[in-house]
Amino acid sequence: MKLVNLKIDDVDISVPAGTSILDAAKQAGIKIPTLCYHPDLPVKASCRLCLVDTGRKKLETACSTPVKEGMKVITNSKKVRDARRTALKLLLANHPQDCLTCVRNGSCELQALAAELNITDISFYNMVEKLPIDDSNLAIVRDQSKCIKCGRCIEVCQEVQCVGVINSSFRSGEYKMTTAFDKALAETDCVYCGQCSAVCPVGAIYEKDDTAKVWKALEDPDMHVVVQTAPAVRVSIGEEFGLEPGSIVTGQMVAALRKLGFDKVFDTDFTADLTILEEGSELLERLKNGGAIPLITSCSPGWINFLERFYPELIPHVSTCKSPQQMFGALAKTYYPQKAGLSPDKVFVVSIMPCTAKKYECARPEMNSSGYQDVDVVLTTRELGRMLKQAGVNFENLEPEEFDDPLGISTGAAVIFGATGGVMEAALRTVYEIVTGTVLEDVDFKDVRGIKGIKEAEVELDGQKVKVAVANGLGNAKILLDKIKNGECDYQFIEIMCCPGGCIGGGGQPYGTTNEIKEKRIKAIYDADKGMELRKSHENPAVKILYEEFLGEPLSEKSHELLHTHYVSKKK
Amino acid sequence: MLTNQQIRDVVQKYEDGEENILAILLKLQEASGQNYISEDCAVEVAKELNIPASKIYDLLTFHSMFSTKPRGKYIIEICKSAPCHVNKSREIVKMFENELGIKMGETTADKLFTLQFTSCIGACDIAPAAKIGEKVYGNLTKEDVKKIIQEYREGGK
Repeated sequence: MKLVNLKIDDVDISVPAGTSILDAAKQAGIKIPTLCYHPDLPVKASCRLCLVDTGRKKLETACSTPVKEGMKVITNSKKVRDARRTALKLLLANHPQDCLTCVRNGSCELQALAAELNITDISFYNMVEKLPIDDSNLAIVRDQSKCIKCGRCIEVCQEVQCVGVINSSFRSGEYKMTTAFDKALAETDCVYCGQCSAVCPVGAIYEKDDTAKVWKALEDPDMHVVVQTAPAVRVSIGEEFGLEPGSIVTGQMVAALRKLGFDKVFDTDFTADLTILEEGSELLERLKNGGAIPLITSCSPGWINFLERFYPELIPHVSTCKSPQQMFGALAKTYYPQKAGLSPDKVFVVSIMPCTAKKYECARPEMNSSGYQDVDVVLTTRELGRMLKQAGVNFENLEPEEFDDPLGISTGAAVIFGATGGVMEAALRTVYEIVTGTVLEDVDFKDVRGIKGIKEAEVELDGQKVKVAVANGLGNAKILLDKIKNGECDYQFIEIMCCPGGCIGGGGQPYGTTNEIKEKRIKAIYDADKGMELRKSHENPAVKILYEEFLGEPLSEKSHELLHTHYVSKKK
Repeated sequence: MLTNQQIRDVVQKYEDGEENILAILLKLQEASGQNYISEDCAVEVAKELNIPASKIYDLLTFHSMFSTKPRGKYIIEICKSAPCHVNKSREIVKMFENELGIKMGETTADKLFTLQFTSCIGACDIAPAAKIGEKVYGNLTKEDVKKIIQEYREGGK
C-alpha cells in the first residue's frame, strides 16, 4: 500500500494514499469538527464545518479532500476558526432556537458544535420556515423545521435500507428532505425502521415519545405493570449513562426498572427461547412435509413491514411465528395472569425495545390474541434512558438484580437474538439436537456471526446438508429476496434483520451508533451468551413448564392461537 | 389524464428507462395536456422503472422545466436575470398579469396560459425578454404583449 507523508499542524504522519484529511487527522490525534459527516455513510461535504487550510487559496473540507504527498494542513488558525464559525452561524440562522424544549436537548450534534465553537451570538437574522410536523404514524415523527439538510436520512433510507421513502427535493434555498409529493409517512411505504432517526444529528426525526403513557400506568394503583426487555437493550442502555459501548448491564437494568416501579421485570429472552421452539418446529415440519422453502425468520417488525410492502409474493416463505415481543404480550395477558391470579384487563405490558418499528407492530389489529392489545406500550432504549434520568436513577451504581420468574428465565440462545445471525445460531443449536438426537458439544456457529451484510453457512443434520443464510439491513435482505424471487436460491433457512448489525443497531438505540460501536455491542451479546448456564432454547426450564402447563407442544392449537400470526400484502 | 397503459407505453419506448428518465418525463408532461406530471403518473413511472417515487419527485422539483401541478397549455416564461431586470422586466410582468388577469405562478381559468419566471434564456440583446414554448420574444411593449396573447388565444381555441 502506497503511503503518503504529510504534516497536520505540528504532527508528521504517514497514511495510505486516498485517506481523507479528516481520517488522517484522527490518526494524528487531532480533532476536526464535523456535522454532516457520518463514518458509515458516503461523504457529502455539505455542512462546511470541517474546513482546514491546506495552503491553497480556498479552505478545503477535511472529510472530502484526500491527503497529498508533502501536504501541510493547518486545522487551527484564525482563518479556519472564523470560517467554521461563519458556516455554523449560517446553519443556526435557519434553525429554531428552542433547544430547551427540543427532544434532542443534550444529545444534539448541532448544539454540541455551537458550544464547541464558542458561539455566543448568531449575528445573522434568524429565519426559520415553520413547516408542519408529521406525526401521522405510531413510530416516527418528522419535524422538518429543524432539518439542517445533512442528507444522512436519505442515505440510510435510499441506499442502506432500499426503502426509498425519504429523498431530497427542490433546490437551492428551497432544498429539503421530503417524501414523494410531501406525503405523510403513514401514506408512504415507510417500514418504521427508524434508521433515519438514529442518524439524524438534530431533532428533525425522532421516535414518538410514549413515556407519558408508561408513567401514567405506573401511577395507577389498579394496574399491574409488567415490563419485558429485548436482548439488545442490556448491551446498550449503559451508553445512555456514559458507560463504554458494549458494557453488559443486565442486572443494573433490571434494578433500574424496579426503581421505576414496575411490578414485574420480565425478559423478552424468555419468549425468544419460545420462538426457537416454535420456529424450529416449523422449519422441521416444512422440510419434512413440504412447505415454502426457504423459511425466513419473522422476529424483526421492520422486515415484516418491508415484506408486506415490497415482497408480498414471498409471504408464504416467512415463518408464521410472532416476534418474541408479541409472543410475550400474548402470554403476559393469558398464561401469566392465570398463574399469578390476576385479571388480564389489569395487566399492563410495556416493552423496552431497541426498535421503533415495534411501536407499529404492537398496535397491529391482529396483535390481540389475549382479547386485549397484547403489548400496551413500546419504549425505545432511548426513551427508557430518558425515564431513568427523569426519575433520578443512579444507574451506574445500582446493585445488579435478577429478572422475575417465570417470564424472566432464559438461555444464551435467546440473548444472541440481539445480534445479526443470532436467531439462526439459536435455531441451529436446537434443531440440531432435535434432528440428530445427540448433544451438540460446540454450540458456537461462528460463520453466521459478525456485522457482514450477508453470511452463509452449511450445517449437516443427520446426513442431510442444510444451507442457511443471514442478512442484516434491508438492502442486503433485498439481494436475497430477489434471488428467491428469481428461483436462484438454494437455502433452506434464512434469517433477516431489518437493521444493519441486527437489533443492537436498531433505530431506537442510543444516539451516536456507528459500526465501531455496533461491533462492541455484538461482542457483548456473545459474551453474555457465554456467561449463561444454559445456552440452548429447548433447555429453558420455564419454557418446558409453559408447554406442560399451558401450550401443550410446539405448533399446537393453543400455540397457533397465541404465538402465530399472518401477513397481508400492503403493496401499493 | 393519461391512462397507466399510455404511461407504460411511453416508458417502454426507451431501452434503458432510468438513463432516459428526463426525456420520458418531458414526453409525459407534454402528453398530459396540462403541462405537468401528476402524482399518479410519477408513481406509475416509478413502478415501471422499479425505482422509488421519491427519486422522481426529486427530479420533478429540481428541474424548473417540470411541474407537479397542472399548468396552462402555453407557459409564458419571463426572464428574471439581471439584463432583463435593468431593462424593466418588472413592467413586462405587470403587462402580462394585467392582460391575463392572473399573478405570476398562476394559470388562467380557461387553462390556456401559465405565467412563470425563467432564468436567463440568452436573449439579453433584446431584453426584456419572454419565452413561450420554443419561441422567444424581445423588446416587449404593452402593445406587443396584447398582440401575442391575442394570437395564442385564437390559435389555442
